[in-house]
Amino acid sequence: MTEVAKIETTLKDWETDQEVRWCPGCGDYAILKAVQRTLPQLGSDPKNTVFISGIGCSSRFPYYMETYGFHTIHGRAPAFATGVKLANPDLDVWLVTGDGDGLSIGGNHMMHVLRRNVNMQIMLFNNEIYGLTKGQYSPTSREHTRTPTSPLGSVDHPANPCAFALGSGARFVARGFDVSKNLPDVLKAAHAHQGAAFIEIFQNCIVYNKDVFDDFAAPKGAEDRQLWLEHGQPMLFGNAKKGDMKGLKLVPETFSFEVVDVVDGDWEAAGVCVHDAKNRMLAHMLIELEFGPYPMPLGVIYDDPKPTYESAVIAERAKAVEGKDNNLARLLAKGQTWTVSGTAQDPV
Amino acid sequence: MTKAFCFMATQNADPITHNASPDSVVVRFAGDSGDGMQLTGGQFTLSTALAGNDLATFPDFPAEIRAPQGTLFGVSAFQINFGSREISTAGDAPDVLVAMNPAALKVNLSSLKPGGLIIADSGEFTKRNLEKAKYESNPLEDGSLAQWDLLAFDISALTIEAVKDFGLGNKDALRSKNMWTLGLALWMFDRDRQPLIDWLNAKFKTKPDIAAANVAALNAGHAYGETAELSGPLKQLHVAPVESEPGLYRTITGAEAVSLGLVAGAQLAGLPMFFGGYPITPASSILHHLTRLKEFGITTFQAEDEIAAICAAIGASYAGQLGVTSSSGPGIALKGEAMGLAVMTEMPLVIVNSQRGGPSTGLPTKTEQSDLYQAVYGRNGDAPIPVVAASSPGDVFECAIEACRIAVEYMTPVILLTDGYIANAAEPWKVPDVDSFTPFPAKFLTENNNPDGKVLPYKRGAKGARPWIKPGTPGLMHRIGGIEKAEGTGNIDYSPENHQLMTDARKAKIDGITVPDQGVTLGEEGGKLAVVGWGSTFGPIRRAVDNCRKKGLDVSHIHFRHIWPLPANSGELLRKYDKVLVPEMNTGQFKTVLRDQLLVDAQPYTKTSGQPFKIAELEAAIELALAE
Repeated sequence: MTEVAKIETTLKDWETDQEVRWCPGCGDYAILKAVQRTLPQLGSDPKNTVFISGIGCSSRFPYYMETYGFHTIHGRAPAFATGVKLANPDLDVWLVTGDGDGLSIGGNHMMHVLRRNVNMQIMLFNNEIYGLTKGQYSPTSREHTRTPTSPLGSVDHPANPCAFALGSGARFVARGFDVSKNLPDVLKAAHAHQGAAFIEIFQNCIVYNKDVFDDFAAPKGAEDRQLWLEHGQPMLFGNAKKGDMKGLKLVPETFSFEVVDVVDGDWEAAGVCVHDAKNRMLAHMLIELEFGPYPMPLGVIYDDPKPTYESAVIAERAKAVEGKDNNLARLLAKGQTWTVSGTAQDPV
Repeated sequence: MTKAFCFMATQNADPITHNASPDSVVVRFAGDSGDGMQLTGGQFTLSTALAGNDLATFPDFPAEIRAPQGTLFGVSAFQINFGSREISTAGDAPDVLVAMNPAALKVNLSSLKPGGLIIADSGEFTKRNLEKAKYESNPLEDGSLAQWDLLAFDISALTIEAVKDFGLGNKDALRSKNMWTLGLALWMFDRDRQPLIDWLNAKFKTKPDIAAANVAALNAGHAYGETAELSGPLKQLHVAPVESEPGLYRTITGAEAVSLGLVAGAQLAGLPMFFGGYPITPASSILHHLTRLKEFGITTFQAEDEIAAICAAIGASYAGQLGVTSSSGPGIALKGEAMGLAVMTEMPLVIVNSQRGGPSTGLPTKTEQSDLYQAVYGRNGDAPIPVVAASSPGDVFECAIEACRIAVEYMTPVILLTDGYIANAAEPWKVPDVDSFTPFPAKFLTENNNPDGKVLPYKRGAKGARPWIKPGTPGLMHRIGGIEKAEGTGNIDYSPENHQLMTDARKAKIDGITVPDQGVTLGEEGGKLAVVGWGSTFGPIRRAVDNCRKKGLDVSHIHFRHIWPLPANSGELLRKYDKVLVPEMNTGQFKTVLRDQLLVDAQPYTKTSGQPFKIAELEAAIELALAE
């Protein structure tokens, strides 16, 4: 991938003339604005930017971005995006999907785009519900979710998107939520990562699953329930101003975390763990933390790049074509040939 | 050595082996799926081509990779018809059957011509193998093969003897059995051994001992023929070279030809090619071929499934390459929704279907033409896609170019139909002059096409095609997708008038594709009977019609390449015949299309056994149709 010159744009440059058709109050509006605010900060060029989506509420996203955009079919956006990146690795691809699109019908493609490590940003809007089909439970809906297809409450165990991503081989896993002021920073980190960057964005479906994330996303008491991770920084949460600071301490004997009080800001004394975004085992532990006893880990959970799929394809091609030409006539006459007189000729 | 050689001559009138220079011969090699019969057949084909004969082949193998040894279902066969005249099919019935074990004999005997020659490896006719093949007594000894000529000798022992100097174990030594057999066949048809010796030395370059052992086995088989001729009635046969157009020739299989045709098509369009595939029989070999041709600007992508394969190809087309995907029936079914998206977003794309027996998993390694409805009608919504069908291994080359042309010129997905028979069969192919094809360079929009505002991605050109706009082009940012598009802007538009207009526009574009007028393949333009075919039935229909015409019957052959849209003169042409007979390896699918599109009384003649039509079957059907 060649370095693309950064250009100056404003938020307005990224807005289309199309009327946004999400329900009033939908979390998607906040995410759209966060993205439109982030792209000028990244110096992105609209002509080299492509938004690719599947099907669902979130997948209408490309229509509202003044870039190249492809609204594809249900669950398959990662496959389209892979073709786009292989055909033109210089394009900056953002993939937009949801919990149904990306983890149910398209779970297979999500797994493979992550393990191949195709360089793109994957934003999975997780609202724990099927919105566009009017409120059926999704693969991330919590147990006992009552919906038109689960009137007695759903009995399926939900999937954990970040655990799925990490398990599939993702080299970047992050979390944010729609109205969070930190979301642009998470998007920027994802963009800086060379490879498939997976971002789970909790998104409030105001109509079918209203405020389902309030337990950690509601402004009131948020400090106690959100653990914003930063590489090289201690895992702290709680209200420092009120002197109520907590941290996560690693307990090696049980291979688990313990919530500890931090007195006078002395986190070292309390034994609080320092976040290492390159530590894959740590990432697994953070992703599996049970919310309630522990806060919700947010921000960049894991970020350890390795070579991208397209760079490997390009390198393989360069090696394979060495010393070869693309002469079609020679290709057609390859192998053992003969003339009508029936005499064998040497291979061409 | 055990019983080395026995020969039983029959009283049959004029069996092929009693004529020293026949104008064509059909040979079938049959053995266990581990015996290397496909390889033997392939090499015999090459030697036949180098001898200047015309030829057609029919590899027929089980779906199991290594079926249990000696079983009836594990038999793999390779049939070749070659001659000093034009050869259009692999032959109805073999003149010579090479049976490497009892199961191979049992499975293939019924198709052998009366008076034909059986060459059998008596060393494999053990009690155990006879039981596995469900023989109660040894057919080589019980007189049950009296109506054929029989040559039975212990090929296994002779092979071990021939390679004993190379220090191989029995198991490894027996692997050369097929080369021994090939050596005998080469002697029998007076062929030059050198090209095969060269091939063996090249193939086993890193294992010179194995190469030498195989060459020794080949030579021993050849020498055995000479000796047998001296001592007995086995005769060497001479099949003269065929007269054909001057030029450079090679053998080609359908899978090779489709790959080369796609490469040529991409070059004529001036585009890099992106090929998305997923392993499936019998389509995988196209992916195998193309992945070795990276220097031709080809990117191959082995996707996680059939759906991802087509979606990635569409993504690549969107980004400005020629997207191609390939599969067989079940895989094509999975791609259906994505094809609809390519129709809706009007994206160039070539979809190759190497048809096999269906429905569901069906007959993975056998041939059929039963995906025609799927190609023509098989998508949700009104989603017209042009369909081109290849009639022979060599013909696929041109059809692949034609599919690329239509895709690029009309901004549309195109389906190229081939089948398992074409994919695996080989024929001599006159290497075409690359300059004889007219280029159809792809054009990308680089300037805004709308003086009054933003770019119009759905503003149609002369052929009804929308412009192709590569992401990365300054100032032409736009959004496309599967939701109904507004004419011009391509914005979401569900309005009744717009959907009517766009549905009509998509249909008109495909209906308006320029395809050459349909000609008469063999015979007269008009008469009592037209035998109408498409796809791989070309060979048997041509031969059957030719035979019937020589008998004085008023019958002509018309073979379609363009299935959708049909050539404009199709109805007019078919109405010049009293009757129209449509032989197909399905239950009558093209017949339905002809009736629907042309209102002609096309009559079906169908077969779904997984085997190609026999010439005799078609001749009988023609005679019956003319007699009615």
